[in-house]
Amino acid sequence: MARLYEYQGKEILKDVGIKVPEGRVVESPEEAAKAAEELGGEVVLKIQVWLKGRAEMGGVKFASSPDQAKEMAASLLGKKFKNFVVEKLLVERKLNIKEELFAGIVIDDYEKKPLVVFSAIGGTGIEEIAKEHPEAILKHHVDVLEGFPEYRARGLLSKMGFKGKLLVKLSSTLSKLYQAFRKYDARSAEINPLVITEEGDVYAADTHITVDDYAVYRHPELGIEIAREFDRPPTELEKIAYKVEENDYRGTFYFFQMVEKPNPDENYIGFHGAGGGGSMMSMDAVLNRGFKIANFTDTSGNPPASKVYRAAKIILSQPGIIGYFASGSGVASQEQFNSARGLVKAFMEEQIEIPAVLRLGGNYEEKAIEILQTFSKFIPAEIEGYGRDDSPEFCADRLKELVENGGRKVHRVRPMEEFTPPENAYSFKTLTGAVYIDHSLCVKCQAKPCVDACTYGVLKFEDGKPVLAISEEEAAKGKCTECLACELACFLEGSKAIKIHLPIPGLKEYREKLSKEG
Amino acid sequence: MAILIDEKTRVLVQGITGREGRARTRLMKGYGTNVVAGVTPGKGGQEVEAVPVFDSVYEAVEKVGEIDASAIFVPAPLVKAAALEAIDAGIKLLLLVPDRVPIHDVLEIAAHAERKGAKFIGPNTLGVLSPGKAVLGMIGGRPETAKAWFRQGDIGVSSRSGGITSAISYYLSRAGFGLSTIVHVGGDAVVGLPHPDIMLLFQEDPQTKMMVMFGEIGTTQEERVAELVEQGKITKPIVAFIGGKAAKEGTRFSHAGAIVEGGRGSYASKVERLKKAGVYIADALMEIPKVVGEVRKKHGLD
Repeated sequence: MARLYEYQGKEILKDVGIKVPEGRVVESPEEAAKAAEELGGEVVLKIQVWLKGRAEMGGVKFASSPDQAKEMAASLLGKKFKNFVVEKLLVERKLNIKEELFAGIVIDDYEKKPLVVFSAIGGTGIEEIAKEHPEAILKHHVDVLEGFPEYRARGLLSKMGFKGKLLVKLSSTLSKLYQAFRKYDARSAEINPLVITEEGDVYAADTHITVDDYAVYRHPELGIEIAREFDRPPTELEKIAYKVEENDYRGTFYFFQMVEKPNPDENYIGFHGAGGGGSMMSMDAVLNRGFKIANFTDTSGNPPASKVYRAAKIILSQPGIIGYFASGSGVASQEQFNSARGLVKAFMEEQIEIPAVLRLGGNYEEKAIEILQTFSKFIPAEIEGYGRDDSPEFCADRLKELVENGGRKVHRVRPMEEFTPPENAYSFKTLTGAVYIDHSLCVKCQAKPCVDACTYGVLKFEDGKPVLAISEEEAAKGKCTECLACELACFLEGSKAIKIHLPIPGLKEYREKLSKEG
Repeated sequence: MAILIDEKTRVLVQGITGREGRARTRLMKGYGTNVVAGVTPGKGGQEVEAVPVFDSVYEAVEKVGEIDASAIFVPAPLVKAAALEAIDAGIKLLLLVPDRVPIHDVLEIAAHAERKGAKFIGPNTLGVLSPGKAVLGMIGGRPETAKAWFRQGDIGVSSRSGGITSAISYYLSRAGFGLSTIVHVGGDAVVGLPHPDIMLLFQEDPQTKMMVMFGEIGTTQEERVAELVEQGKITKPIVAFIGGKAAKEGTRFSHAGAIVEGGRGSYASKVERLKKAGVYIADALMEIPKVVGEVRKKHGLD
């Protein structure tokens, strides 16, 4: 669930017509003073971070003059609250609060319907109130085909005892909150506190909105960098990984770092799971053997070899790891040779020296293990492949033995070379990269394994040289699945004429920065 | 018997001409599923694996006659339209295979399905397989592997993880047990047929004598199964394994979410609740066959 900052949430509420206190987002003490001056009177300064209970941790302050606002902003900006450094403050006109209420909408997974939650008592103690006085809380399931019109909200709130103008204002707010919830594909949207002022107005004093990760693509206006739930800002490598996921709809690639710079003395390994349940089980197996995981990665849902390749390249951009462990459920339905090819392409390019244990059980596991064995001679490290009859525990034991017997090598991240296509090469684009074939080498090739390797029928021979058997457009739209079979076959038996370039934007620069930092 | 699908079920494949659609049609046909038609708008008149392709679901129904189930293999943003078309054309069971279907789309699909009396499995599901009869979706990957991995028998399997659905079923088969139907309910927060619904179907199925359930942290599916057991609506023995023991409990951003779940949803709460209801708990995946053996002995199932 992608979280929005309070100021973003309030923009959304404003958009649907819910009143929010007048305010400005500031990034410096000077801007804070200017905002306070423009707003006039007493203002509140609130840190913009993804944390609950900001007031209790000193992240909400009141100022009665621009000078005081400036001073307070200086004390808050740049300060660390839990995992977040404060970069932005929301400066708002202070409300004359008479009462605090609660309004929220979530999705009830069992009813498969949005659930409107409303309480006449709001504030931070709402969860306790719900436990002790469940009858004081309104809960109403909404039929999405009908929506949640104001009259329905009025009917429900009048039963709770609200009357007159206040009833109308509250019902309108609740109905609009539902509109915002639907319009912005929210997983949850809440206003807490929902304030009734001394003047009798209804304001959203604070709001938390989370957006469905899977629908973020519909909302570029929200500027969400990574559509995942984080309890800290995403790391640079996570941002690079997310771009890969965003630009390739085939299968799933998830990358989350436990540490940004693994300490080489602390048994960190690169972890590459497949599938939620299988990844968890495999993670438990390595953790129980004294390893720590530098990252949690999951490539699943039948990803193409190119996606697995990029995942491995990103995992191997973490210096200090002492091993590489890939394992899923063990009985995968996805075509495991894709994973094997992606992994060996990455391992060969990186020339890794740390041991790797790869449990690629399931559909086509024999082929996957054969690929690993065939190409392991081009990789300095010890590479072992296993299948469905080898448990995660056994595989984790193997990794431990390989690490110990191999003298506990520590992974060093290599600089990435600029890709230069062979001169005058025949080439065509694929969905996320490009294939280059140096036909001058094909002339000398006896084995010609490339076209046979291409089981999707993308390549054919013309005068003894491999060319597209389909249109360039079809290849670029995904007919060429980036399975990497032609490149690896050409490397092994042919004349090394095929190069498949799969760019990972930002990774080269990231590695340069790493090496500068030493 | 078996649940949801057998060799007689007349199946449609939506998105049949795509990469996944083609590969899984090959699996389904090869395994014995009665695939009667495919749909890809704009590609009507073609054939995939000898299955006729139509431009719309309506046309498919008109040309081949009644269709019982549709397996949907279209990109996630197009799933809603495909599902609503199938529901509108009168199909009563849908399988939503893709991952990353927006949750609000799922809510709309659910609302339409409810009105038309249709059911859906998923999204984000590998599908359903009744050993020796039929497969809907992609469990097993290829006919050869699906036939080799899963033995027919009397254990119903329901899982929230795709890979684990196959893993549990394979390890049970390897230990000599057989399966009635295996179901991947889907990995998302909102799914059409969650564990409680599947358990009730197994309860009614004469072929099924006991169930194995793989649960995960989050949602209240497993707690609701416990309730059904306590209410006496499920009487067949259940062995459960809950994943995510190592995952730290997430700090919640939403008060409203916490109010709704009310302390449910964690590993500890699920295990405790299930145990109290009399569900057997396996502590590790690899232990499931052993626990199943013990439970069968206790209940005189062999």
